[in-house]
Amino acid sequence: MTTTLIRGGRIVDPSQGIDRVGNLLIRDSRVASIDSNTTVADHLIDATGLIVCPGLIDIQVALREPGNAEDETTATGTAAALAGGFTSIACLPDTSPAIDNRAAAEFVFLLADRARNCNVFPLGAVTKGNNGEELAEIGQLVEGGAVAFSDGKGPIVNAEIMWRALEYTRMFGCAVFNTPCVPELAKTGVMHEGYYSTLLGLPAIPAAAESIMVSRDIALAARTNGRLHLSCISTTVSIELIRRARSKGVQVTCNVTPHHLALTDAALQSYESNYKVDPPLRSQEHVNSMIEGLKDGTITIISSDHQPWAEEKKDREIDLVPSGIVGLETLLSLLIETLITPGHLTWPQLIEKLTTGPAQVLGIQKGTLQIGADADVTLINPNVEWTIDVSEFRSKSRNTPFDGRRVKGRAEKVLISGELRYDLGQSQVGPAPRASQVSRTSPK
Amino acid sequence: MKTATASWTRKHLLGLQELSAEEITMILDQAAEFQEMAARGEPKIDALSGTVVANLFFEPSTRTKMSFSLAAKRLSADTLDFTAAASSLSKGETFVDTARNIEAMGVDQVVVRHATSGAPLLLSKKLKASVINAGDGMHEHPTQALLDLFTIRQHRGSIAGLTVTLVGDILHSRVARSNIWALKKLGARVIVCGPSTLIPPHIEALGVEVSNSLDEVLSETDCINLLRIQFERQRSAFFPSIREYAHFFGMNGDRIRKAKKDVLILAPGPINRGVELTPDVADGNHSVILDQVTNGLLVRMAVLYLIHQRRQLSADEHPERSHQGTITGATT
Repeated sequence: MTTTLIRGGRIVDPSQGIDRVGNLLIRDSRVASIDSNTTVADHLIDATGLIVCPGLIDIQVALREPGNAEDETTATGTAAALAGGFTSIACLPDTSPAIDNRAAAEFVFLLADRARNCNVFPLGAVTKGNNGEELAEIGQLVEGGAVAFSDGKGPIVNAEIMWRALEYTRMFGCAVFNTPCVPELAKTGVMHEGYYSTLLGLPAIPAAAESIMVSRDIALAARTNGRLHLSCISTTVSIELIRRARSKGVQVTCNVTPHHLALTDAALQSYESNYKVDPPLRSQEHVNSMIEGLKDGTITIISSDHQPWAEEKKDREIDLVPSGIVGLETLLSLLIETLITPGHLTWPQLIEKLTTGPAQVLGIQKGTLQIGADADVTLINPNVEWTIDVSEFRSKSRNTPFDGRRVKGRAEKVLISGELRYDLGQSQVGPAPRASQVSRTSPK
Repeated sequence: MKTATASWTRKHLLGLQELSAEEITMILDQAAEFQEMAARGEPKIDALSGTVVANLFFEPSTRTKMSFSLAAKRLSADTLDFTAAASSLSKGETFVDTARNIEAMGVDQVVVRHATSGAPLLLSKKLKASVINAGDGMHEHPTQALLDLFTIRQHRGSIAGLTVTLVGDILHSRVARSNIWALKKLGARVIVCGPSTLIPPHIEALGVEVSNSLDEVLSETDCINLLRIQFERQRSAFFPSIREYAHFFGMNGDRIRKAKKDVLILAPGPINRGVELTPDVADGNHSVILDQVTNGLLVRMAVLYLIHQRRQLSADEHPERSHQGTITGATT
């Protein structure tokens, strides 16, 4: 029997409505107590001044393996997740080949076991090859461990496929993810349609391209009583539609990303390809609607939408580069900057959107410090100031517009099933240590 | 030569948005000086002798490329001409790598035309050479707007107080954006006129008025600039037919008669006769279209010349830096 005692931290566990200083005792791989009086344990961690919370969960991460190891691998992506404070991530199925069958889902677990960083849960493909035409073997994907379904970053264009997917997945209690965007309106657009697209002469995507498909998907979710998750919402009308649908009992959830809170379309004035994201960065009015949606609980989840791309793919003309940025290692700091510091959300409210919200949509038994739960724990230093430096990233890709940004707060220690897997104080500048070395690091 | 060049400080010409009225006027004045010299029978000077100007055209162009090429030759620069069709782009090389390779041949100024907005800016961050934007996507086409202004000034003496109407496809037009910036900075009133599908949102925020009726604005317009309908950029129906477009927005003899007596007709070209304007207008006495082509050479000479002067100046101030730059450039 091994015990770990995390002493004196501010324990924030939204799943139990807890926010108080306490001593978290872990016995073997599970939470034993959050009010422990013991002073003796095999491992002691002083958490004075730190927030101790359930391990963070990201519902949408591209690991690019198999098929595109030049961008990311499971080993590097999960190392980045740990450094960002995440103990569990769900990975997108838009790999090559796609995660559209049972063996492919099981392969995700194999790679994650080898990496021995954080927990990885596969999102299964909704359609074979993510091509939007025929349903994938959803039931067998569930048997292989898929926790929800998605066709990756591309929208599910065919309304009938979306309808059947919502209906079919209901048998397994799984959510269908969709990134709503009507392709005939978005076309080859690289940014939000508005003042700045006119100024810059860049092909634009109107906000309606998103909201129209949000409306369609909500109607289908209401019709089927299926579970709909709308990924990376970015417009005022989308939020209004989702708010109304939720109030009427439609099973719809949604998430935003930190970059859609921290940036607006004005950033495109530099024409830097790292500002090309999907959906596009919107104007301040839309950003304000996202913050309102977070405050009133319409948005229950925040995800990094980690999209690693090798340098040669991003260092090109803006209309040729793929959309998206890496986000696992910058999410927490950006959320502190955009939500905590201005007072939009309290720490328990923010942590809820990074733990219980994600766990609920994925249907996984994570995101809680209840007694007996897996001891996946993140220790956050909310005040430490640091500068984002892509050369220190554990992710294989460096495509972020936040390099050099002065920020506050980051994950300091991360435990998976009671084992210390990440410790900022012992991390080296440069490439990530091998997973096996990280896992053997013992707390002093 | 006059010494107006003392205050030209820019290494690149990427767009007119960032230029001041004084800088725009400086280019126009320099072009006027070349015009006088040509009139005196001195069309060619040796100002850029020993330097290399590369024309990198990643998108088809006839007149802009020829104009830049001749402008460089008139200044006695050596020229390199590149077109995408005959390039290694088809072998998978990126645009930036292509430009770097050409720069490594010892290029001082790079003239770039590209289908992507912002491509010249990207290039300016990667090269040591000066970058001149010869048209990027739907963003800017600064030398086209400069020659439009030069032509208007030539016929009207000044820009301030004139009403200039830009007609047609404003949405996809880099010529429109550069014209709007330059005309507003020099004090003109600008109207953009076209079908509502080809007027981009928030264009009023650039300081222009919007009209969907050419007939309504004709009588108050001093200069009409007929933008080309860009068939190659129109992936879908922005208007029902060419015939309907010409019916509402084409410049024809009837509209000339309703316009001001001294109205100037400009067109950046290449023109589609019978679409943006009828042949009688194109070849009529209000048309200054061929003046524009002549003046294009002068403003491009002015731009190459001013940027060259600035490069000389900074090389004199930092000789050791420019030397190191050469070495680094050769080894990377």
